[in-house]
Amino acid sequence: MPLSTGPSAPTYGALLLRGLLAGLVAGLLAGLFAFTFGEPKVDAAIAVEEAASQAALPAESSAAQEEPLVSRDGQKGGLFLATGLYGIALGGIFATGYTLLRRRLRTPSDVRAAWSLAGAALLGIVGIPYVKYPPNPPAVGDPGTINQRTISYLAIVVIGLVAVWAAVVAQRTQPTEWRRGAAAVLGFVVVVVIGYALLPNINEVPSTFPPDLLWSFRLTSLGTQVVLWTVLGLAFGALVARTPAPRPETVAAA
Amino acid sequence: MPKATTAGSLSTPAVSARLLWTALAVVALMLLVTYLVAFDQGAVSRSGMYLHELMHDGRHLLGVPCH
Repeated sequence: MPLSTGPSAPTYGALLLRGLLAGLVAGLLAGLFAFTFGEPKVDAAIAVEEAASQAALPAESSAAQEEPLVSRDGQKGGLFLATGLYGIALGGIFATGYTLLRRRLRTPSDVRAAWSLAGAALLGIVGIPYVKYPPNPPAVGDPGTINQRTISYLAIVVIGLVAVWAAVVAQRTQPTEWRRGAAAVLGFVVVVVIGYALLPNINEVPSTFPPDLLWSFRLTSLGTQVVLWTVLGLAFGALVARTPAPRPETVAAA
Repeated sequence: MPKATTAGSLSTPAVSARLLWTALAVVALMLLVTYLVAFDQGAVSRSGMYLHELMHDGRHLLGVPCH
């Protein structure tokens, strides 16, 4: 795809391909992490749910439980489909962001640019939403509030990205190193505090749900997302460092 | 055509209008995939809740809201 106009820059197509590939690898490794450490917790949460529904219903009706749409084994395989597709999609968005923002990042290192973008994404898309709306295992959550919870979640993702952007903008207004650092933290914290205060609190964990299971599930969920973004950043950085320029003969002219 | 301000060191094409539109289309497609994996309640996927249920564990472990 001859989208490139720079003298030796790789095309958007080449970068996109690398982003999708890095995303696929990241998604599958995140899936492996989630399968290994997360599935036992999902199973345990479902067991809690079933025990509760068995206790609530008379004995004879439990036999009449309908067949699930997808079996548990199917869902465990579907986990890899989910994380793989999610990784590919995020990799594509990441590569696009890299293409559009690269020249504003003020570093001569392509690898460092990839790392800093992935770090920003981890902080804004994962870290900030995680604190406000920590992920819940199955058996937690009211189906009636799913739309409100989804909108609130997407809002906090946007606020997380705005907070990272505010930190970058704020630090660039300052002349000295320590003032840049302080301005970055201040810009970030102001946006996050406003966002946290404006968005509704959601507490739907039943008091009967085992707290240690909730805690370990949330930690695994965080781990899954950290694996995804870390691998995505590292893999994209590695692939970009090896990206050949489409017209190498023009380099000599530079 | 946009001018290339820096030679080779920055590894991306200069941003042109065409690039911007292509990028927009790509991001829209990627967001659709993200929606199907993480946020669809059977509304867009014509398979009803099948895709939702298939990728159910991934949703929970990727930290997105689920019923």
